Amino acid sequence: MSVLVDEDTRVVVQGITGGEGRFHTEQMIEYGTDVVAGAVPGKGGEEVAGVPVYDTVEGAVEAEDANTSVVFVPPAFAADAAFEALAVDDLDLVVTITEGIPTQDMSGVYQELQRTDTYMIGPNCPGIITPGVAKLGILPGNIFAEGNVGLVSRSGTLTYQVVDNLTERGLGQSTAVGIGGDPIIGTDFIDALELFEADPDTHAVVMCGEIGGEDEEAAARYIGEYMDTPVAGFIAGRTAPPGKRMGHAGAIVSGSGTGTAQSKIDALEGVGVPVGDTPEEVVDHVEDLL
Amino acid sequence: MKLHEYQAKEVFADAGIPTPDSKLASSVEEVLAAAEDVGYPVAIKAQVHVGGRGKAGGIELAEDEAEARAAAEAIIGMDLKGYHVETVLVEAAVDFVNELYVGVTMDRGEGQPVAMVSTRGGVNIEEVAAEDPEAIAREHVDPAFGMHPYQARKAVYDAGVSREVAGDVASVLATLYDLWDDKDGSDTEINPLMVTREGDVVAADAVMNIDNDALFRHPDLAEMEDEAAEDDLEAKANEYGFDYVRLEGNVGIIGNGAGLVMTTLDLVDHYGGAPANFLDIGGGAKAERVANALDMVFSDENVDAVVFNIFGGITRGDEVAAGINTALEQFEEIPKPVVVRLAGTNAEEGMEILNTDLVQVEGTLEAAVQAAVERAGEVAR
Repeated sequence: MSVLVDEDTRVVVQGITGGEGRFHTEQMIEYGTDVVAGAVPGKGGEEVAGVPVYDTVEGAVEAEDANTSVVFVPPAFAADAAFEALAVDDLDLVVTITEGIPTQDMSGVYQELQRTDTYMIGPNCPGIITPGVAKLGILPGNIFAEGNVGLVSRSGTLTYQVVDNLTERGLGQSTAVGIGGDPIIGTDFIDALELFEADPDTHAVVMCGEIGGEDEEAAARYIGEYMDTPVAGFIAGRTAPPGKRMGHAGAIVSGSGTGTAQSKIDALEGVGVPVGDTPEEVVDHVEDLL
Repeated sequence: MKLHEYQAKEVFADAGIPTPDSKLASSVEEVLAAAEDVGYPVAIKAQVHVGGRGKAGGIELAEDEAEARAAAEAIIGMDLKGYHVETVLVEAAVDFVNELYVGVTMDRGEGQPVAMVSTRGGVNIEEVAAEDPEAIAREHVDPAFGMHPYQARKAVYDAGVSREVAGDVASVLATLYDLWDDKDGSDTEINPLMVTREGDVVAADAVMNIDNDALFRHPDLAEMEDEAAEDDLEAKANEYGFDYVRLEGNVGIIGNGAGLVMTTLDLVDHYGGAPANFLDIGGGAKAERVANALDMVFSDENVDAVVFNIFGGITRGDEVAAGINTALEQFEEIPKPVVVRLAGTNAEEGMEILNTDLVQVEGTLEAAVQAAVERAGEVAR
């Protein structure tokens, strides 16, 4: 078992003919992902990495029976691509890798998302991987190992760092999901935690948050009330000065006391979630929890 | 991206929001001429991207020429929280009976815009929100429809704005929402929106911040960006296209990916050092970008040692190593010690290429940070 991605995942890649789309399609296939179609307006009939391309997402889904979309479309057109995917009933999951989508565009996508049963991961995220089965997105497959630790993170490279530490200590992962660093994202911490809680093969969860917003605080309340699966935490941005944007559009401390690393650490520790000072310490906590 | 007050007021005035008469000035003589034009009393306001300008001495009222001269001499050229004041807005002072707040921003949690109105304008609205959240009326907007007129009226009535001006305030709020929507605003606000003795409303201040990711479709607004107002190194980072934030410490930090770079900063602090900066070279960086990053950090005189931490996903270790070599080989003597840690995609290839005469190599993030903190300590002594 795993979360959102399994043996039955059949992928359509939106933007498959672009540089990023092409490269990562090849990488996903090499990892074992079942990429069955591409969708690019005006490129129907072409082929990329042996995968047939269709003009529309709907056409691709109908012809190739895809149930998941991965979006590698440039920022100016990414919201439109997301709307197109959300309009197709048969897609259960849309993974939006694109970085730099205007926030107001994402606001519209988010409202549409509330009206469907589809999960969206991202935008501005590395994607999701169920080790040994399939990866959707740009995560480097070779650092992951099969196992029972679930991982949810707002940052790509921080995910890699923590996964590397886990794998080195022999702690494989059930599923790892990078939910993205933007102010407005689809699947949030609580959605991911809920899925891990329901997955019998996830025995512990690592949650990597960062400054900005109040999602980690909300997740802490959820963990305290609803979770039996143990969780270990990490929060990036303890040394961030207020008011400055630290790379991620979402990573800004408002200056009014909310969204700070300390507020998030306190919230997690308050519900019994051990928070590591370093990625290595997080792995120590996971060992203790298992 | 932030607009200056005078720029935001131009945008607001064009859309029909009432603003006081005003003129821009950058010398004492220009201030006096402007004050004569708009008529005393005037407010003289520093145009820099700093919050709380009034408290910091960047805004003065002047009743006559003598006061205007004194205020202009004090403000033009002053250093306001690290920003050099070159320009002031000279504005007709408003004779007000009430100060309101109206604003539109994105509610991240709800993923939709929210319009806000309060009768407690003229003070820091974050403080009002913290101590008395009920004092701010909020109305969420579905971006597909925009703000319905009833929503603007409802927010104004909920906030307890007096009936005499409720219609005008609702109209200002509706216009502000449309501007926020049209211009890809992140935050827009009028604080205070003044109510005059005659019962008119006037935007006495104006904030308009634009989503950086949407600037590509607003070339007119992108042109208004005042890069000169920023720190020299931050201006250089803009030129190179890096996400960069300057801090106070002496350990320079270069990495890829916001979360991992923040973590590296935190580890420097954890091991007893002080981070000098946040610098994210982004995904898929090539050799030239790597060299530019080193140039940035070397040009910060506070930096005594550098930690270069890359965990490659789409970034390749061999590209990074080649970039580090190229950047360092041009120096007869390496300006500051550099500790490198490479992991992930093509890290092994990178390690083979890396010229270890020029840099110190460490195998883990923790070891690299500890080594850099130590080297910085040695240099500082």
